[in-house]
Amino acid sequence: MAFARRQQSVIPGFGITLGFTVFYLGFLLLIPIAGLLLYTAQMSWDDFWRAVSNRQVVASYKLSFGASFIAALINLVFGAIVAWVLVRYQFTGKRIVDALVDLPFAMPTAVAGIALVTLYAPTGWIGQYLDVFGIRIAYTQLGVVVALTYIGLPFVVRTVQPVLEDLDKEVEEASAIMGANRLTTIRRVILPALLPALLTGFALAFARAVGEYGSVIFISGNLPFRTEITPLLIVAKAEQYDYPGAAAIGTVMLLTAFVLLLIINGLQWWTSRRYR
Amino acid sequence: MSSLASENRAPGAAAGASGHKLAWHRATEEPAWLRRVLIGVALSFLALFLVLPLTVVIYSAFEQGLKVWYDAIVEPDAAAAIRLTLLVVVIVVPLNLVFGVVAAWAIAKFEFRGKSVLITLIDLPFAISPVVVGLIFVILLGSQGWLGPWLASHEMRIIFAVPGIILVIAFGTLPFVARELIPLMQQQGKEEEESSLTLGANGWQTFWRVTLPNVKWGLIYGVILCNARAMGEFGAVAVVSGRIRGETNTMPLHIEVLYNEYMFTAAFAVSSLLAALAIVTIAVKSFVEWNDERAQGAAGLTGLTRKTP
Amino acid sequence: MRRFNLRKLALAGLVTATLGLSALASAQTSLLNVSYDPTREFYREYNTAFQQHWQTLKGETVNVRQSHGGSGSQARAVIDGLDADVVTLALAYDVGALHDRADLIPADWQSRLPSNSSPYTSTIVLLVRAGNPKNIKDWDDLARDDVAVITPNPKTSGGARWNYLAAWGYALKKYGSEEKAYEFTRKVYANVPVLDPAARGATNTFVQRRIGDVFIAWENEAFLSVEQLGKGEYEIVVPSVSILAEPPVTIVDKNVDRKGTREVAQAYLEFLYTDDAQRLAGKHYYRPSNPTIAAEFADRVPAVNLFGIDEVFGGWKVAQETHFNDGGVFDRILSEINK
Repeated sequence: MAFARRQQSVIPGFGITLGFTVFYLGFLLLIPIAGLLLYTAQMSWDDFWRAVSNRQVVASYKLSFGASFIAALINLVFGAIVAWVLVRYQFTGKRIVDALVDLPFAMPTAVAGIALVTLYAPTGWIGQYLDVFGIRIAYTQLGVVVALTYIGLPFVVRTVQPVLEDLDKEVEEASAIMGANRLTTIRRVILPALLPALLTGFALAFARAVGEYGSVIFISGNLPFRTEITPLLIVAKAEQYDYPGAAAIGTVMLLTAFVLLLIINGLQWWTSRRYR
Repeated sequence: MSSLASENRAPGAAAGASGHKLAWHRATEEPAWLRRVLIGVALSFLALFLVLPLTVVIYSAFEQGLKVWYDAIVEPDAAAAIRLTLLVVVIVVPLNLVFGVVAAWAIAKFEFRGKSVLITLIDLPFAISPVVVGLIFVILLGSQGWLGPWLASHEMRIIFAVPGIILVIAFGTLPFVARELIPLMQQQGKEEEESSLTLGANGWQTFWRVTLPNVKWGLIYGVILCNARAMGEFGAVAVVSGRIRGETNTMPLHIEVLYNEYMFTAAFAVSSLLAALAIVTIAVKSFVEWNDERAQGAAGLTGLTRKTP
Repeated sequence: MRRFNLRKLALAGLVTATLGLSALASAQTSLLNVSYDPTREFYREYNTAFQQHWQTLKGETVNVRQSHGGSGSQARAVIDGLDADVVTLALAYDVGALHDRADLIPADWQSRLPSNSSPYTSTIVLLVRAGNPKNIKDWDDLARDDVAVITPNPKTSGGARWNYLAAWGYALKKYGSEEKAYEFTRKVYANVPVLDPAARGATNTFVQRRIGDVFIAWENEAFLSVEQLGKGEYEIVVPSVSILAEPPVTIVDKNVDRKGTREVAQAYLEFLYTDDAQRLAGKHYYRPSNPTIAAEFADRVPAVNLFGIDEVFGGWKVAQETHFNDGGVFDRILSEINK
């Protein structure tokens, strides 16, 4: 057992708290996940490979990962701007704006999906004006990006904000004394300092978006090969009694999630090391 | 990421009052036009992605008047969905609250090997697709699954009944309290607890009198976040619920049902309740932060602003 | 500092939970009818009628609970343990899966009730926007390049499988060969911009979101759209031939025997064949299986030249395996469209 050794401490409760933590995680999380992996392991390698590398499945990976990447990128740019504005500038209503950033995290995904399609459908509040220019958002890949941008919005803002608040203005001043103009200071001083936080926020938004289901299915056309995201494909497989196929793709998604989290935790460790 | 503490300096304090000040400004601040552009860009982005969807929900819910809204909420199936959602929350949130406190204690107060793996595991539900969560439990507990036949022979219904819904929601909302508390408790260290214990208090007393008051705001925020996510969970519940009207439909599923029955106003009415909950959640969070800042201001502390969701 | 009282909170939570649980567990005879998407309105009214019938007959209150969704996913849920007393699904294949995959019903389930266990039938028609701006007259127009077609995904929606087979059957009859039927169906699906997982989602896409020029729909769903969702906004186009869609019903033997609800479940399904219930089906734009009652509604539902699934496709099992299973014809069509 990897958890066994610990340092001496006067604080009590190590055994019981760690024991309960491991028990609870084991019961709710590890046993079920192990179940999925075991179930998948019953498939032969060929069957597994066929299930996860079929053209339609690959097309759904491309959309899920591609749209998540673009959405996270949009959030990276605008999230950084929002964080900058919230930390550095004063304007009326700033407190409310700051609070609102968390909304997508607290808003149920199905509600978000229905609200977004009401906005962006060709008859919708925004969609009807875009339709004049031939721009379609709902039921296209663009719609998937919009939904994933919505749900990933808080992450970059919330990871960058505290770092920006702690950023020493003296460094910027020093940079300015040495003759750097504002652009150079931002590029050479501020951006590198924010980089780990930016990447963490990006990775969090990306990880969240890859698995997203509720908000996307309402606004996506759900068309195989074109607008079908991987989670929807898993549901479709399960509903055709193809549990092995669904479990195989589910396993791929699970491992992806795990790897993404390892990357995120690595990034966070990097962030905290830089600022100690 | 939220464990970053450093000394905040008053902006521009070091700039002095000499004639250099103007040049300083230009070099450490953006010109006014750029500031306005950036504020404009940020606010437009947030208006488009945050305010508009919220406006849609509220407008559509009350479009046909307060009475229609009220009727949609008290309609028996909607009321049943609200009751079920509340029941789930009342069970799931305390469970994950206890887990969060206990796990944070173990992780923040002790050093042991495998800690980072443990933290990654706690984070896992955040990144797993909700439909995969649902699928896992159907494979395990469905009547064609491994435990299904045994459960059926003991007359236990889990999938397509309330326990299954509770399970998947507990799974999905597991990280939130723990993830709020762990960085907070790590940052506060263990000196206070150690001195309390040296002074003769037992572990339980130390927890209640020292640790808990220190982290209570983080705890409250973790709880309301866990609560909001539990009420709004959709994908995983959709797989294991069976969608029995008035029985296994939670609020988000009931919204989908109404939407599919062309009762759009009613769908938005129920949505507006969840949206209101989301607003209350962020209002409480803002209050918590404001309270934090004030307390620190009074105590002359620095740093410690938690912003991470 | 104020003490943060968790214990009180926990206690309050526990009390609320107990109250909630006891409210859920009210004892009463109850049935669970697991059905497909567009039967929502019909069964809401039918359940009330049956409750009255059972009350006068037995003096017993029966509570009928409903679950609706895509036919395939509903069958999947019952197979995985959703406690249905009766299923009323969109097609025989999905009901048959209850036997094939979980042995919940006997193999001869379909001969247990009259008319192939289908108390009401329907067909597939075309719904277009007011004035028929794209001038859609028959199935052929759906394969035109300038027409956008809305239909749900046949992999998950039962109605969508009827849609697909209706189009295929039409082409087969008209052009005479499987290859040409394939070509025709491929062209139709190349015109589909949104493929919803279930029938109701597709109706919403066409009606509420105004996507597409023509919506392939259950006849009853098409009438519902015309009558309720926007009077004067839609027109029904009856194609020259279409498929006879038989949505079958059955009790789920394993479940009713375990729960002791066989008698009331059986009565629930048999009541579907009574004159009153048949009229109710007609009112909701289904085609009553009783010819006398059907005649009463003859002016509401148009006469369509109908073919059956057995004569053209050799029954549901063959149709399913050839067309809709993984690697079947529909998959081939999708992958050819998206080369």
